[in-house]
Amino acid sequence: MSTSRLSARSGEVIDRTKTVPFTWNGRSLSGYDGDTIGSALLANNVRIVSRSMKYHRPRSYMSMDYWDPNALLQVGDEPNVRSAHRRLESGMDVSAQNVWPSVDRDIKAANGLVGRFLTAGFYYKTFINPQRLWPLYEKVLATFAPGGKVDLDTPHGYYDKRYAHPDVVVAGGGPAGMAAAISAAEAGASVMLVEHEYGLGGHLRWGDDSDRAIVAEMSQRLIDLGVEVLVDSTVTGRYDDNWISIAQRSHPGVIERLIKARAKILVVAAGLIERPYVFSGNDKPGVMLSGGVRRLVNMYGVRPGSRAVVLTANESGDQAAADLEAAGVSVVELVDARNGGGVTAVEGSPSQVESVTLADGSTREADLLVTAVGWTAPTSLLNMSGDRPSYDASAARFFPSAPPDTVLATGGMVGDGTLDELVGHGTATGQLAAARAAVTAYRLQSTTARALPVDGPEPDWPSDQRAPLAHRQHPELYRSSTHGMVDFSEDVSSKDLVAAAAEGFDSVELLKRFTTATMGPSQGKLETVNTVAVLAEARGETIEQVGTTVWRPPYAPISLGGLAGRIFEPVRRSPMQDWHEAHGATPLVAGAWIRPDHYGDAAEEVRNTRRNVGIIDVSPLGKLDLQGPDVPQLLNLLYTNKWSKLPVGGVRYGIMCAEDGVVLDDGVTGRLSDNRYLMTTTSSGAASVWEWAENWLQTERPSWKVDVTPVTGAYASINVAGPKSRELIGRLAPELDLDPERFKYMQVRTATVAGVDNCVVWRIGFTGELSYEVHVPAGYALHLWLQLMEQGLDLGVAPFGIEAQRIMRLEKGHFIVGQDTDGLTKAPSTGMGALIKMDKEDFVGKPELAWELENSDPDVLKRRPAVVALQTLDPQIVPEEASQLVRGTTTEIIGRITSSRMSPTLGRSICLGQIEQQYADAGNIVTILLTDGRRIEAEVQAHHAHYDPEGERLRG
Amino acid sequence: MLIVPCPHCGPRNSSDLRYVGESHSRPDPNTATPEQWRDYLYMEDNPADWLKETWYCRSGCRRYFTLERHTGSNEFRNPPIPGNKKGTKA
Repeated sequence: MSTSRLSARSGEVIDRTKTVPFTWNGRSLSGYDGDTIGSALLANNVRIVSRSMKYHRPRSYMSMDYWDPNALLQVGDEPNVRSAHRRLESGMDVSAQNVWPSVDRDIKAANGLVGRFLTAGFYYKTFINPQRLWPLYEKVLATFAPGGKVDLDTPHGYYDKRYAHPDVVVAGGGPAGMAAAISAAEAGASVMLVEHEYGLGGHLRWGDDSDRAIVAEMSQRLIDLGVEVLVDSTVTGRYDDNWISIAQRSHPGVIERLIKARAKILVVAAGLIERPYVFSGNDKPGVMLSGGVRRLVNMYGVRPGSRAVVLTANESGDQAAADLEAAGVSVVELVDARNGGGVTAVEGSPSQVESVTLADGSTREADLLVTAVGWTAPTSLLNMSGDRPSYDASAARFFPSAPPDTVLATGGMVGDGTLDELVGHGTATGQLAAARAAVTAYRLQSTTARALPVDGPEPDWPSDQRAPLAHRQHPELYRSSTHGMVDFSEDVSSKDLVAAAAEGFDSVELLKRFTTATMGPSQGKLETVNTVAVLAEARGETIEQVGTTVWRPPYAPISLGGLAGRIFEPVRRSPMQDWHEAHGATPLVAGAWIRPDHYGDAAEEVRNTRRNVGIIDVSPLGKLDLQGPDVPQLLNLLYTNKWSKLPVGGVRYGIMCAEDGVVLDDGVTGRLSDNRYLMTTTSSGAASVWEWAENWLQTERPSWKVDVTPVTGAYASINVAGPKSRELIGRLAPELDLDPERFKYMQVRTATVAGVDNCVVWRIGFTGELSYEVHVPAGYALHLWLQLMEQGLDLGVAPFGIEAQRIMRLEKGHFIVGQDTDGLTKAPSTGMGALIKMDKEDFVGKPELAWELENSDPDVLKRRPAVVALQTLDPQIVPEEASQLVRGTTTEIIGRITSSRMSPTLGRSICLGQIEQQYADAGNIVTILLTDGRRIEAEVQAHHAHYDPEGERLRG
Repeated sequence: MLIVPCPHCGPRNSSDLRYVGESHSRPDPNTATPEQWRDYLYMEDNPADWLKETWYCRSGCRRYFTLERHTGSNEFRNPPIPGNKKGTKA
């Protein structure tokens, strides 16, 4: 097989003693250790590696770096691999993307023939009508979409996240960035140096031996200073207060790691990106950028062609010509743009440059055209810091304007100079960064109440004394006299841009969105300034007047896996959860908690609880310990009802509203002693009710003496329910007086239960049965649970789960806040109007509730929602929760089913729902629209409780 | 992510806190008109300027406190920070 590999070069990064086998579209090839996928393919004379997005034109490598627009390949099950950047690995299965039947003969290249119809906006305009055909259009168009294949069966890899707190983050490991990292570390700062490519050195990597000697020396210095160096990693974003995101792609054992760093100072040393030239045929394989050619020859020892024309306007082009000569490529013409030389077109077959047309009209036979026409400053991180870079026409590029003083730019993006001058600027930048970081550290320490005291007075904020780098003259070269590609990723030509501007899309932000220029995988790195230049020309204005688009994060792609990081989702388990699972409980995820849903047969659990006695683990119930003389005032404020006269041992149920009168939470609170109360909240409200209580105590009522302590996890909770519950509790708490005349429904006691002191025993009942709820110090919960099971054996005790509890509470008509109420349900709609005491001086939401109750407008009243119980006329149909209630035979919605179950106790379907007041009278027949389209009828009930509405079982 | 100067815990990531919103004083619930009450409930000034706002230090000291923040630059000024004589840059 023929090869383009040159003889060994002194600066090459490949190891020719280590052969790396891989396949290309199924064909076995090999490269060397250190090759990128792209350099290995080119070494094997594989030149056409992709097809362009719209026209399916053959494409080859141009810039040989991360941003190469023609380099997206499929590697195994990973699509869109940037093959000019990614290191070659043994056994890689590399293939071209979105080509058929092959990259060399792609049938969709026919698009190119009709290319004049595929101008900007073609899809918007062509497929808009008729709309009913869009699903068909979409199906066909999807086959034309670029990109690789996603394998849904790919196993999830390991991704990770890390938090870091360096004093200084340096983005970019070229000479200026390395110098900044060194001098900042020398000044005592902790430094993280992040380099996008696999090695430090920037453009010195493809330079000469002395360049590489400097890189080696600086690298050693970084190691000696303990600077953390990340390669193949990109600073992808800068957010408020120097919150820095870094995508680390080659951390051992991790596919990708997202680092979130809080830097005191960010140094941006991102260098310069070489800009392509716009002319006829500029995307034809054989047209390359000077930097790409220099990388290929000097780093990978690959010959990019045999006869070259070099268009140069700067040093990089001159050096590329010298490198080509040294590699044995004949440079047939060195076209110097500084002296007025130019190139207008390349000609040849669709897949190969064969000749180059110069500005004077003459042609040269060549298979390679190298262009070096200028630079784009990748100012993304500065944009993200609030800077708007400004254009300098004499240097033909944008420069930073005024970034915030915690963000410092250095290196090629701020100016030009000799290597010494760039390193000198970097060194001064690192020193300034370290000095400013020290002041920031002082401020952080001095503003932290419990930090160690700081030494001495606060140092002054160091001013920027750096000698600026000069802007070297550079000709403005954007487009030749001919039209060509501007955005290679998106197949947008300069002609498309001119046409779009003529259609009125002549602001740069509009033009970008209409034509999709700068919106492809290269994300404007190569094409933004050319887009602006072509638009400026079309508008007859300057680049400064047109301005540029805003660069936004991320600078380089982050994988979704990287964003998600390691899966870390803490769950809460009660001390009895292991027992539940060992005894056949189906786990239910409820918020942060894992709970037993049922132990096999929820209906049987209901029947046993109603017949004998059941126990349920209700540990997630929110519990707040309230202590202090002003607790009654707090309760009066938070709940709608009255609490001042609650005696010791008493329990009350209450509803909490927000200031808009909407129901926020509910629960019972009991008075354990003179100054100590225990409040219970819904499981989901445990944290928010705590914060709510604190908010009132800290902001509106700071003089009140109340201590609020969350004890949700400190106590585990077991509800013992059923007619035999008194007997069972009596066996475990022989000293507790359970006489129903002295320990009544809605009372609370502190007692020793199963030998455990300080248990709180409540006589309450969500299930509607006689029941005792025991709050036990969590460490003894399993002991109590086992005792209940053992001592209750002859009573028929059995555990029941959440589902049985939900059925029983629905049989009793107890609503659940957030399920049977919603974000618009004000307290009067719950049927609990008796609990709203308007004669209290104040409580949360009082004015709204007053207006709600005073409102006598019949049009408002009849439409107000009411929570009601409903029973379907056909007792066997259980309408799905959220089924709509509709008026008569219409589809006019008048309410919905909020809870529904088959009741094992009643042997029929039971529901709670919300319905407009005008239809809420007991006995009304309403229509439920089922999800399958059927209509059934249901009757509104007089009472929320379907079962034991008088509560005799509960109070017995 | 913003760094918020908590008066007790010092400068913290804003993800450690909960943003409560613009600081409003509660009208007298017994005399407030519906307009005044709903202004308190729903209306925000949302200025491009200095704004007094309430934060809750959820993962730290669990205190509610008010701060002044410039909504354009995200700078804080005059935070009630013990030991901070100069306040912030503003």
